[in-house]
Amino acid sequence: MKKRWTERFGFLMLYLAGILVLFFLGVILFDIFIKGVGVLSWKFLTQPPRMGMTEGGIFPAIMGTFMVSIITVIFAVPLGMFAAIYLNEYAQPGKITRLIRLAIRNLSGVPSIVYGLFGVVLFVQMFRFGTSVLSAGLTLGLLTLPWTITACEEALKTVPKSYREGALALGATKWHAIRTNVLPYAISGMMTGVILGLSRAAGETAPILFTGAAFFLPHLPKSLFDQFMALPYHLYILATQHHAIEKVRPIAYGTALVLLGLILLLNLSAIWVRYRYRQKMRG
Amino acid sequence: MEKPYEPSLTIEETPVERVWLRKSIETNDKTSAFRKFQIRRLHEIFIEKFFFLNGLFAILILLGIFSLLFFKGFPAIRELGLKSFFGSSVWNPNAYATPQYGILSLITSTLMVTFGALVIAVPLGVACAAFISQVASSRVREILKPTVEILAGIPSVVVGFLGIILVNPMIAKLFGISNGLNALNGSILLAIMSLPTIISLSEDALRAVPNSYKEASLALGGNDWQTLIRVLVPSALSGIIAAIMLGMGRAIGETMTVLMATGNAPALTFNFLDAIQTMTATIAIELGEVPYNTTHYYALFVIGLVLFVMTFVVNLVSDIILQKYQQVER
Repeated sequence: MKKRWTERFGFLMLYLAGILVLFFLGVILFDIFIKGVGVLSWKFLTQPPRMGMTEGGIFPAIMGTFMVSIITVIFAVPLGMFAAIYLNEYAQPGKITRLIRLAIRNLSGVPSIVYGLFGVVLFVQMFRFGTSVLSAGLTLGLLTLPWTITACEEALKTVPKSYREGALALGATKWHAIRTNVLPYAISGMMTGVILGLSRAAGETAPILFTGAAFFLPHLPKSLFDQFMALPYHLYILATQHHAIEKVRPIAYGTALVLLGLILLLNLSAIWVRYRYRQKMRG
Repeated sequence: MEKPYEPSLTIEETPVERVWLRKSIETNDKTSAFRKFQIRRLHEIFIEKFFFLNGLFAILILLGIFSLLFFKGFPAIRELGLKSFFGSSVWNPNAYATPQYGILSLITSTLMVTFGALVIAVPLGVACAAFISQVASSRVREILKPTVEILAGIPSVVVGFLGIILVNPMIAKLFGISNGLNALNGSILLAIMSLPTIISLSEDALRAVPNSYKEASLALGGNDWQTLIRVLVPSALSGIIAAIMLGMGRAIGETMTVLMATGNAPALTFNFLDAIQTMTATIAIELGEVPYNTTHYYALFVIGLVLFVMTFVVNLVSDIILQKYQQVER
């Protein structure tokens, strides 16, 4: 009898754990949505902040995040894809391959603020890009690189061996086989990973704190070497650094909602790409 | 299930190329066919080397991060000596007369919130992983798995914001203190941040336990609960520990949540209701304010170096545990 009760109690606890995790996410999404949705309007999305950020919108922050993300993608995606192709298609098991894999796993564990420090020294100071869109984008690119590599490799692994063998048997060289018989089937899997990595990069604050994000700018960055406003940094400013914190709370909630919405949208599109891809592979 | 693709040994000549080669040998013609072969060969080798360089880039970045942190931190260590960093707990670099650079309190703060986060996240995360992998029906699983994924995607700055707005007044009310921005707040938020890592990796570990183990236990008369606690969890333990280590690494390096929610007062304390200042938060607050290439600036890189080494060791240990575990499984 006692055993039965232990079992019931134990499973009840597991249930509760599951519900609690669901509850955490629910509270986060619900609270931000309820308090942020009132601020949302066309004006909020398309106007710059006014009156010391107590009024107006968050347009420059949205555009800033957008621009930095583009740099991140341009930098990290080819590099990550090529590295993944090497690891999955060319690399022989051995010391160097092991080292590369070890480096990738450890890179994904390096704190984002350390990437920030690295970005300041390398891009801002050594390469003289200054605090700019470019520096921040490259720093975020480095941050997302290990995720991109892992995701691309996973995608390459799903392509059956027979696809490559078919091309090789017909006399194609290795690269030709990869180009025509592997990449086309792996590309949507890679896209999924890239979008997920991008959604994480878009929400990062620590790496852009000193590499280019600005407290307030009345205009959009004119070149790659200008500073920019970014959604996560804007939220941080509104939540902790503003002189009238209570007054800007609604705007902070609105910013948080837009940021969350953007990230959920990216996540959803990644899920959609994955879904389409699975259907294509089946059919 | 098809086996994953394993690359073959070095580039071999393709059948077409073999024909060319034979032809060039038979006719003793070193011009057209052989040339064609050579060009293709060079082309292939060039492409392979190009991809190889991209792979090496990962090692280069890791070494680059370490060496830049080291060289930027070194001037401060040379000027002040290691003792002033690790032998003191007073971090006051802005003092006019004698600035002090003791990082002990920053390290203990980081360890404290990390410990607090793990106390919350480990039981909860492992239980949730067990729930998803063993108990939940497929429909519940379909809800919980995306939940964990989305939770992993929530930006730390949003979590920090909620720490200020939701957790802060809750703690203040519960403990009757005026300000809820303290180590406890940071621990709760970090727990939420590291939960997805712990859940998804522990779940993988639990799922990797061979079904025969479970069946053997059930056949011997064990009930589901006994099977879970005495068979499945112990078999997956190394994987679960690796998951916890990775979650811990995430908690140590997390910046925005602790920056926003822990009150940022560098002090050597072990009271979870005190405001603290972690290593990450110190860098985040001060790097924007100090002029480049001053002692204070270099000192921040020393903190960065310590942080890097700490997370590196944690990740490496979890990596070793995982490798060992996979070998045993085979």
